[in-house]
Amino acid sequence: MSKYYLNYLDELESEAIYILREVWAQFENPVILFSGGKDSILVTHLAKKAFYPSKIPFALMHVDTGHNFPETIEFRDDLIDKLGVKLIVGSVQESIDKGRVAEEKGKNATRNALQITTLLDAIETNKVDCAIGGGRRDEEKARAKERFFSHRDDFGQWDPKNQRPELWNLLNGKHFEGEHFRAFPISNWTEMDVWNYIKRENISIPSLYFAHEREVVFRSNSWIPVSEYLKLEEGEKIEKKKIRFRTLGDITITGGIESDADNLEKIVQEVSAMRKTERGDRSDDKRSETAMEDRKKQGYF
Amino acid sequence: MEINNNQLLRFTTAGSVDDGKSTLIGRLLFDSKSIFEDQLDSVSKTSEKKGHDGVDLALFTDGLKDEREQGITIDVAYRYFTTPKRKFIIADTPGHIQYTRNMVTGASTANAAVILIDARHGVIEQTKRHSFIASLLNIPHLIVCINKMDLVDYSEEVYNNIIGQFEEFSSKLLMKDVRFIPISALLGDNVVNRSENMKWYQNGTLLSTLENLHISSDINKIDARFPVQTVLRPQSEEFRDYRGYAGRIASGIYRVGDEVAVLPSGFTSKIKSINAGEEEVEEAYAPMSVSITLEDDIDVSRGDMIVKKNNQPEQEQEFDVMLCWLNNDAIKPRAKYTIMHTSNEERAMIKEVVYKMDINTFERDSEDSKLEMNDIARVKIRTTRRLMLDSYRDNRNTGSIILIDENTNETVAAGMIV
Repeated sequence: MSKYYLNYLDELESEAIYILREVWAQFENPVILFSGGKDSILVTHLAKKAFYPSKIPFALMHVDTGHNFPETIEFRDDLIDKLGVKLIVGSVQESIDKGRVAEEKGKNATRNALQITTLLDAIETNKVDCAIGGGRRDEEKARAKERFFSHRDDFGQWDPKNQRPELWNLLNGKHFEGEHFRAFPISNWTEMDVWNYIKRENISIPSLYFAHEREVVFRSNSWIPVSEYLKLEEGEKIEKKKIRFRTLGDITITGGIESDADNLEKIVQEVSAMRKTERGDRSDDKRSETAMEDRKKQGYF
Repeated sequence: MEINNNQLLRFTTAGSVDDGKSTLIGRLLFDSKSIFEDQLDSVSKTSEKKGHDGVDLALFTDGLKDEREQGITIDVAYRYFTTPKRKFIIADTPGHIQYTRNMVTGASTANAAVILIDARHGVIEQTKRHSFIASLLNIPHLIVCINKMDLVDYSEEVYNNIIGQFEEFSSKLLMKDVRFIPISALLGDNVVNRSENMKWYQNGTLLSTLENLHISSDINKIDARFPVQTVLRPQSEEFRDYRGYAGRIASGIYRVGDEVAVLPSGFTSKIKSINAGEEEVEEAYAPMSVSITLEDDIDVSRGDMIVKKNNQPEQEQEFDVMLCWLNNDAIKPRAKYTIMHTSNEERAMIKEVVYKMDINTFERDSEDSKLEMNDIARVKIRTTRRLMLDSYRDNRNTGSIILIDENTNETVAAGMIV
């Protein structure tokens, strides 16, 4: 066999870098949507490679629900310092204070859906014409239909049935004023690919991904972390468990799994033996069969 | 799984609802243990609700709300699975409405196409259509699965007859590597596991075929083409004089010291350094994303192409293209479009429709010049400035174009340079 071929991780890396450079070349004011989760950290890492030795030419945009893990915010601020890039924060609390959105009521209330308004407002105020996200097609069936360059109309909405065909490596980012794009450079990565790559490149990620002792309650089949926002229900009790998180979202909706994986080696082993999808512990996706599709159409990540 | 040197193989599947395409994909995912418990749970529940016996494998590929309600696939959906030998990306394309548009999209980056034939019906019009598109898009490997063998008593004769039918019509098409596999997606024969019912079939199962296809030479490694995406000019003290040309190598191999020409200007220089991310490398090849610096300070910008001095593409302003129309709005005579070719963008006009292709009979109609959604035709295109072109047969990356309607910004056509 010829030595001139790439292994799958190198090929995925090369594809993602190509897309990031294409975003830079085709848009005026792109940002990276940064949640502090592993996927947006990966995208940021790839952007660093894509533009080396220049600095990353995008600001990072964080949609802050106010319901964060403190570890995530600390990690975000460190990374911003290290990279010397600008941080834009869209605050859900501010959207609530201004009356743009109203807090959900009921026992499973979260700020998850409220992020849509804050995100779209932040995109508009900052004149962002392309928001780069860490969405992956293997995550969810609505995301399986996403393009690398995904058009949003002037209401920020996604029209999955009327998407631009995307052929070869030719990406069409043309848009009218007021419209914007979402770009997904790691569309073709799976959860396993992400972990293998993080391990290979030794990318630093928030401590929450590693097994640690934490106070939690058992709810909807996963361990929900105790925080000031958590209201205990009848029959629930706080326990101390060694857990880690497979995905990071709001502290109110992100469930952990019991685990001893306290380094990348062990995480990769654990993930490869997993028999449940990573979003299986996210209550935002459990609301209905089409929960993600419905939110995405409105402008969600 | 350990980090290793496994390759990535992209393939597209074509077939209609009744061919069992969704069942086949479900079977591949299921038997290769790529289905997670919560996905299995959800599909088992739906199967039960719909009154199916056992798990309906086809449901694993269900997508958007409308698709589930109507039981169809509307758009290309991508699926992923990994075996100890390879990572796979499936572009699952719908077989019925907008078949051409979607199949062309799915096929454009595929190493292989899997075409399904119902053993009871043999080669039908749709088989020809799919094979034609696979050949037009120059997919390097074609795997023809003769499905539902369980319904024809696993008959070797039926299988051989269908191969005969296929070879008869496909002799008119350009195809390099065609293989046939008798399968039953529903029962799992020869998909992942070898069939006990067809001992007469000696070759590999579908999965082992996909795992073993030789794909390293699918990309052209002879003609070096490097379209410049953007120029890197760092502001830091350390890299004050750095001018890096960033892009993804479309084909060929580049080494430090190579004599190169920058097109369209034609200025020549030598490669001073190649960077892959932060790492400096001595050589780089397609499809790597790199940045290249040159010995001489010449003007290079997005849309330019860095090539070897002694191996250059054609530079043309007028050329022929096999065009596939992708939009609801039909072609407008002498209308102007934006053309995208590698990292280059110009304005273009369709001067003439040479002939339209009937993709069921492979006949050419030179009278009909109206192009609508899903039509394929040979056209003459004229651009405002010269493009650096290779023929699509030689080079998928530098031989492909798209057309964009300037009024709607939509991608309306995809073309392969003849």
